[in-house]
Amino acid sequence: MTAAARAALLWAVLVLAAAAIAAHARYTADMSAFLPRRASATQRLLVQQLREGPAAHLVIAAIEGADAATRAQVSGALAALLRSDAAFVSVNNGDAAQLERDEAFLFEHRYLLSPQVSAERFTASGLHEAIGDSLDALTSAEGVLLKPLFTRDPTGELRAIIDSLDAGRMPHSNGGVWTSADGARALLVAQTRAAGSDTDAQQAALAVLRRSFAAALAPLPPERRARLTLAITGPPVFAVAARATIEQQVLRLSALSALLIALLLLALYRSARALVLTFVPVASAALAGVAAVALGFPVVHGITLGFGVTLIGEAVDYSIYLFIQNAADFSRSVWPTIRLGMLTSVCGFAALLPSAFQGLAQLGLYSIAGLLAAALVTRFVLPQWLPRRLAVRDLSGLGVALAKLLRRLRPLRFALLAVPLLAALVLYLHRDALWSRELTALSPIPAADQALDERLRADAGAPDVRFMVVVPAATPEDALAAAGLVGARLAPLVEAGVIGGFESAARYLPARAVQRTRQASLPPTAALRERLEAALVGLPLSAARLEPFVREVEAARTAALLTPATLAGTSFAHALDTLLVRSGAGWAALVPVAGVGFGELSPAALTAVRAALAAADPTAQLLDLKGEADRLYSGYLLQAVQLSLAGLAAIVVLLLLALRSLRRVAKVVAPLILAVLAVAALLVASGHPLGILHVVGMLLIVAVGSNYALFFDRGSQAPGGPAPLTLASLLVANLATVIAFGVLAFSSVPVLADLGVTVAPGAFLALLFAALLTPAAVPEA
Amino acid sequence: MSVARWRVSLRALLACTALLPLQAALPAPTDPAFAQLLQLLAARRAGHVTFTEVQHLAMLERPLESSGELYYTAPDHLEKRTLAPKPATLLLDKGVLTARTGARTHVLSLRDYPQIVPFVESIRATLAGDGPALERYFHVDFSGSLEHWTLALAPADASVARSVQQIRIAGERDVIHSVQIRQTDGDESVLTLGPPLDP
Repeated sequence: MTAAARAALLWAVLVLAAAAIAAHARYTADMSAFLPRRASATQRLLVQQLREGPAAHLVIAAIEGADAATRAQVSGALAALLRSDAAFVSVNNGDAAQLERDEAFLFEHRYLLSPQVSAERFTASGLHEAIGDSLDALTSAEGVLLKPLFTRDPTGELRAIIDSLDAGRMPHSNGGVWTSADGARALLVAQTRAAGSDTDAQQAALAVLRRSFAAALAPLPPERRARLTLAITGPPVFAVAARATIEQQVLRLSALSALLIALLLLALYRSARALVLTFVPVASAALAGVAAVALGFPVVHGITLGFGVTLIGEAVDYSIYLFIQNAADFSRSVWPTIRLGMLTSVCGFAALLPSAFQGLAQLGLYSIAGLLAAALVTRFVLPQWLPRRLAVRDLSGLGVALAKLLRRLRPLRFALLAVPLLAALVLYLHRDALWSRELTALSPIPAADQALDERLRADAGAPDVRFMVVVPAATPEDALAAAGLVGARLAPLVEAGVIGGFESAARYLPARAVQRTRQASLPPTAALRERLEAALVGLPLSAARLEPFVREVEAARTAALLTPATLAGTSFAHALDTLLVRSGAGWAALVPVAGVGFGELSPAALTAVRAALAAADPTAQLLDLKGEADRLYSGYLLQAVQLSLAGLAAIVVLLLLALRSLRRVAKVVAPLILAVLAVAALLVASGHPLGILHVVGMLLIVAVGSNYALFFDRGSQAPGGPAPLTLASLLVANLATVIAFGVLAFSSVPVLADLGVTVAPGAFLALLFAALLTPAAVPEA
Repeated sequence: MSVARWRVSLRALLACTALLPLQAALPAPTDPAFAQLLQLLAARRAGHVTFTEVQHLAMLERPLESSGELYYTAPDHLEKRTLAPKPATLLLDKGVLTARTGARTHVLSLRDYPQIVPFVESIRATLAGDGPALERYFHVDFSGSLEHWTLALAPADASVARSVQQIRIAGERDVIHSVQIRQTDGDESVLTLGPPLDP
């Protein structure tokens, strides 16, 4: 077997292996892949909450259309179907049965749950006041609701509990099911069972939801069925939609840029065979990239595949150089330059590997594997398949024309001095809005979907939580006790209208010590009867009427304390899971705090909450989830800048080793730096604050541009400068790159678009600047 | 209401739900004085009167009396300010009820609590001359003349009818004199309105 045949065979085996690995890889588009591998304790909790916390499994479904009764009927049928499906842990649509279970739980355990139960309240004067208040309520408009329970609960404990539960946050209801405030939509809130990061399972659960909705509609007459629609939102919906968007865009954009590049090359080559061969290294590169990432990471991020498009831009260059320069001794004349260009790119991308930001690390690995594969295939496999004389159109004419053009542009090279000055000026003027600060800048979710999410969350009384108090503790019991103390300090702030409300596990399951204190404050039967006699003086009520109350207080005195098991079957069980979580080695009680009218917390409110926390539990801290996420993002951004600079440094070192001349290295690097500066200034001036992917794009400009600069460097070493064919091949390669990244710039996925708008102009400028800065390289006509 | 429309609404009701009792489709009073009364009431934009209320509850040993002032702004803003024996405010605004006693404020939406609707909507809809609302929630029986009329309202919703038996509203022309609410368990309240005060 010849060496050539061995290379081809090895290539075929590797392609098959890579395809097999890629086919078995797991793919995700979950935003949590953008979260750090190493983090502070708070960030870990944040990531854990975003990734696996109950909020990550929450789906809100809204049934719209037809009339309220039909919506209620469908909501009931849908809830019943979902409850019987293993894909969902809990389903709540506010149906009467659930409400009854919840209310029965609160009523039965009212003396353990009510924050008003104290020894003072059960003295004669305390009872007098409490019963008097209840009588007032009894004669008010809500009296009809309270009357049936009055003789069992004359001190109004159920009302006190429901008040403290922040009843305003419960969804409205109509026809026995939850509805939006205007009653136009029936609402259903469900928790999926699968982990938040398991996009496949979430997708399956959402499919169950949609199928169940169709099944719930089935009994209706067709004309009413047609008017009902289902809208769903929540993190699982976003994760699935994001993945679908990215997949779709990756496919569509790859196909589009491949098509455009194919048209370009077909027009230039006039050879279908050359065209097909051009895509061999490109496809090999894409496969190698995916396989490498699948081997190096547990999950391949959809965005990483998007970078496949970028790879087309660079990998296609190698074969373009091979075909157009059409050098007889490719392996000796052209290949060393390609190899050095490829190695500089690899150096740049290697700097991304240690990034804490998984997206960047995957991009680095993907590009390294892809570029190595493309270059090696171009060098060792492709030449074997070329016919002795490949009938590619001779582009020397184009090359000569380019050389003439460059000569005419030569005097302009002094204008390049203005580039760094102008760029610096622009960057300085925009210094306050230079960097993008928000993590949401990476979100591929369209604004309309985000608006729907906001609306349905407001309807369901589940606003997106921004501020959360985290109370760390060693045991769940300690956490509940601490949460109770925090709640006691926050309640006055709610009453004073400083904050809108808060949630706490201690409301549904007070610490055992608290329960015991409440129990101990209930007087024994004889004492209670005696105090009631005194308490009822002046009230239009006889003690005999309140015998049910006396009996139930006696029962409560000796009742078993509440445990998590007591909550089973109520919607509070789920609230408990949400608000009392494992954190590191211990536990944490989470107390989400809402602003007035569900808005954000004002600075004054933040100060008040912090003061309340300091008084209640010094270990408790107020977490600003959005702020924390944005800080995280800023951290990545800083890291991306540092790593990119490290990549640049590595490239310079590599060039020094290869070229062994400071002057030549400076000439190679200068146009790249100028291109990066110019692009940064253009982006900032056109209102794009720089984000992570812009920075990575700049690294790509250096990686791609170094190829051009190295060809000019090689040309300037040869007598007479680079051959016209070299110039032509550089222009064609550049066009291919600009097409690939230009297409990306139109993506609706922000990370892909950021990369596109950075690299497309940057690559072109890098070529232009390199050509202008290497006057000796322009051949005489 | 014409016979044809009556049939349509009956069929619609039968198709829709079994929750509503059949009587819901009975025609509204045909007395032209009822229509005149509604027009007259609807023409009033605002009102401000004193009230006294007496509540008889079986579980209590004596009736509870309270008094205060009522404010009304057409069509859906009603405020009941109790001044004695204990200050309290009950505010109905666009279907949301806000009750204030002492430091405590309670907000609830009528949509969520159909049981409360008759207590509030009977007065609100009558004040507003809102015939459709009256007929949506009650079977309306008009008697007397425009000069001295009585509206007997029976809840249309079966679950509400389990607790409220009848509401009788009496008045002269566009002035309401009293609202009597009788519950199925025998409890009863009588709200007596005084002469108009300055707005």
